[in-house]
This record gives sequence, structure tokens and C-alpha cells, in this order.
Amino acid sequence: MRIPSVLVILLAILATRAPADGAPPALDAQKIAPGVYVHHGVHEEATVANEGGIANVGFVIGDDAVAVIDSGGSPMEGRALLRAIRQVTKLPVRFLINTHFHPDHVMGNAAFVAEGATFIAHKNLPMGLLSRRDSYVAGYEAVFGKGSAKDAIVVPTHLVGDRETIDLGHRKLEIRAFPTAHTDSDLIVLDPTTKTLFAGDLVFLERIPAIDGSILGWLKAIATLREIPAERVVPGHGPITASWPAALDPEQAYFERLVRDIRKLIAQGGSLQQATDTVGLEERGHWQLFDSYNARNVTAAYTELEWE
Amino acid sequence: MCTKIHAFLRTLIAAAALVFAGSAAQAYDDSWPDLQEALFPGKTIANGDAFIRITAPERAYDAAVVPISIDFDLGKMQGIAVKSMTLVVDKNPAPVAAVFHYADETVNPSIGTRIRVNEYTNIHAVVEAADGRLFLAAVFVKAAGGCSAPASKSVADAQNHLGDLKLKVPKEAAADAPSKLELLIRHPNFTGMQMDQVTRNYVPADFVQKVEITHDGKPVLSIDGNISLSENPAFDFWLKPKTQGVLRVNAEDSNGRKFERVWMVPAAS
Repeated sequence: MRIPSVLVILLAILATRAPADGAPPALDAQKIAPGVYVHHGVHEEATVANEGGIANVGFVIGDDAVAVIDSGGSPMEGRALLRAIRQVTKLPVRFLINTHFHPDHVMGNAAFVAEGATFIAHKNLPMGLLSRRDSYVAGYEAVFGKGSAKDAIVVPTHLVGDRETIDLGHRKLEIRAFPTAHTDSDLIVLDPTTKTLFAGDLVFLERIPAIDGSILGWLKAIATLREIPAERVVPGHGPITASWPAALDPEQAYFERLVRDIRKLIAQGGSLQQATDTVGLEERGHWQLFDSYNARNVTAAYTELEWE
Repeated sequence: MCTKIHAFLRTLIAAAALVFAGSAAQAYDDSWPDLQEALFPGKTIANGDAFIRITAPERAYDAAVVPISIDFDLGKMQGIAVKSMTLVVDKNPAPVAAVFHYADETVNPSIGTRIRVNEYTNIHAVVEAADGRLFLAAVFVKAAGGCSAPASKSVADAQNHLGDLKLKVPKEAAADAPSKLELLIRHPNFTGMQMDQVTRNYVPADFVQKVEITHDGKPVLSIDGNISLSENPAFDFWLKPKTQGVLRVNAEDSNGRKFERVWMVPAAS
């Protein structure tokens, strides 16, 4: 039978993830710079096996406290991230920063409530998250089971409209909110000590970017990001660290192609359907999950650009 | 709302769709017989596949913006003059997405628009001929969540531009030649199923309800709209202007807001 064999495989995967002593495993977080750790998100859709761990999540350790940047795609992943923190420090997690409202970045928030962390996000994040709550809960429960999303959504209350600096003890992090780009609630976190930039989903590498905001806004954000004096970036999706600002090049090339080709098509009277059928296909070999997102990106870009 | 039930249904339907993938209209949990009786009581509806073709993506990329076109093969219509066309998204909460009423001298009744799809569904186009006969065509679309998807990717932008009208006219449009035009209306087209994040209530339905298009003072197309049309409703339609003249669009939403704009079509050269 088909379904039981799938279950057996899933159970086998789960079994191999549990350590021999029965304690749940910690996330594998790599040190990419002094006091800066990142766990790599896989280029898949969320599944029980990956626990929603499809985005890069990380943390920065100061002399007094820890800041977590994105909590992961499930409370399970959030808790595994917390265990990874506890493997390297006993300092309190004083800050949890969500780079935007997408589920793979916020559904682990609940794991940090008991830490007493201040939950920080872009001023637009509560609106963006709550207005999508029903569909996020439905999507989450379709993967993790009925009732599994209960208490999983924790909405940040410390909101940033422009810039803010937080202090971890002899280590400051600079937080900066962006106008609509990937979403309307993007923010970035810079660790000037190591010149490490946590860009959230303003930077995609390897996995195809998903436009849930504005393609023109995202191109503007890329131009702004280029000025940021970082040496390395932690992209929201892609390798846990990449060189800066070269990491912006692939997505910029993709967006510029979409804008150029869609504008041309619109000028020729081409329809939305023609756009989704033809635009961007040259990029297929450059991105993972291309077929799942390109036509959707083209839809978002076309419906934005047709009003120019 | 009923998203959990929908998720369960989607699973069932996905399984069914695997079996039936690729066909046109599909027969799972078919609500069409009831809809037909409600919308066209006592009427017989003939199969219109010989001259009506519906095009929509088999699997939609964005369930809130599903492009769909209903095209007529003018060479196979055997004298049928199209008086109106009703577009029905069977499984949506408000299944009738739009009714298009044509002028007597329509050069081509083909229409393109963008719809919301709330769950896997058949979509029917029912065509009413001037002599009263009815014809239908159908297509099956896999998409879900289009009616509860949040209103806009950029909320402030949407408010500032409410009611903006745009007309796409091909450069080669000329008097006495058929051209396909596209009308865009900036409007959130709230479905009543979207959450207001501040009040935690559902945003009341607020949608483009009526669109009247005239050219040189004569009717071209009249559209009754509903919540199954996407945010920023878009309609493409055919026009054969006898002369250069004013194309006028009057639109009204369900809250009584009125929007109007005129264009010279064909444009002055």
C-alpha cells in the first residue's frame, strides 16, 4: 500500500533525527564569524521531516545577551534553535527579531516566549501577519496536523519604523526597516562588530526569490542595500554566508529581466497569461524551485507594472 | 471561516484530480446542476464547445489573480448573436463572477478577465444568444484560497489610487478595424472573507458592481461584477470603432462610489 509506506519512511526519518539518549536534537548552527551563528534552511517546501526549516535562522551573542534573527518555520524548529544557542552560551535571549512576516521566519516565535525576549519587527509586520493568519494556519496544519498551529503565531510588539540599535553588551546590532520590497515588512540586521549583515529575504541565493511586495521596490531596496558596509551577508535563503555585495547580483539580474521583458510585453499588448507562459524562463537553470514560483512572480510583477 | 474544511477537501480533490488531470470540466462533487437550476431555472443549455473556448491555467500560480479568457470562434457560430455571457466559478462563495451584456453590434464577444478561485473548481461560461438559446463551456482550475487572500501587497498604494481607470489600446488600433482593448480598474474588490488585522473582523465586501462602456455614445459592453473578480478588476474586450470617438467608462462599486474616465479611440494620430 502506498500511504503506509510513506508513513514508514517519515517515521524512519524522524527516528534518525532523534539522538540516542532520547533528547531532542539541536539545530546545526555554524559559527560564521565571532559570536555569529547560522543554521541553513533547506531548499524545499515545509514538511514534517524538515520541521519547516526552509529559511536560514541565526543568532548573535554579546557580553550580556543573545539576539535571535528569525525563529524558523515551526515551534519545533524554534526550540531546536534555542537548544543550539544553549550549546554555546547560557546568556539570556533578550531579543527575537523577525525579518518579515512569512511563516518560515516567524512560526518558531513561540519557542522564545518563555525566554522573556523582546520581539522586534517592522512596523507593518503585525498587519501583514494577522491578515494572513487564516491561510498560514491552514497551510501549517495541512503539513503538521490539525490543531498544530495553536499558539504558534506570536506577533512581535516592539516595532521599528525606520532604524533602531539594540545592545547585547559591548556589541550593538543595527536594525533598519525597508519600504515595500520582498514584503511590506522587511527589515535587516547589521552586526558592525563583524560586518555581518542579516538580510532576511531581501537576499535570496540558490532558491528562487518570491515577490510578495513590489518588484520595483525590491530593485530599489537592492540599490540601497549595496551601500551597506558589510563584508558578508546571511541571506534568508541560500548558503549561510555569502560575500557582499556580490550576493545581490543573481536576484537583481532575475528581477531586471522580469521588469524588462514584462514592460516590453505590455507595450506590445501582451496579456497576463502570455506573461506567465513566457517571461523569465531563461532563468530556470539558475534557481531551485523555479517552476513553483516564477509564474507567480511574473503575475505579481505584471499586475504592478501594468499600472505604470 | 471554513479554511480547515477546505484544506481537507483540497486533499481529497487533489487525489481525485490526479485521476482526472488534463480533462476539461471535471465531475467531482459537482455543484453545477444545482447552480444551473438556480441561475437558469427550467432552461436547457446546449454544449457550446464547438465555438466557445475557455482558457485558464490548469494550476493557478496565484489563486487571487487567475487569468481566464473566453474566446469565440467566429467562423463556427452559425449565425448565433451573443447577447450576454455569465461567468460562474462553481465552488466560490459567490459563484457568479460577472455577467457581460453585449451591444447588438459586437464585433467579437470574446472576453478576458482575472478571477479569484477559492478551491479547486469548474468554471462555466453560459452564453445567451439573441434568440434565447443558451450554450455553455467549462474548464477545471486547480487553485485555492483566492477569496481570503489579503487585499493588497501594498495597502497604502491601493487606497491612494482607488478608482483609477486605465485603458490599454493597441498601437495599431484604427477606425473600422477590430481591436482588443483592456480596461483596468483600481479597486480592492474586497470579498468579505478577508481579515481586517486591526479590528480582527472580516472586511465588508466592497467590489466593482457595474461597468458601462460606450463608444461615440453607443453601448459597447456592460458588466455586472462580483467578489469573484480579482483585486483591480481587468477586462479585455473587442471594439470595432466606426470612427474615431470617445470611449467612456462609467463604473460603480457596491458602496455607490462612481468612477468615470474617457479616452479618444483610436487615439489621435
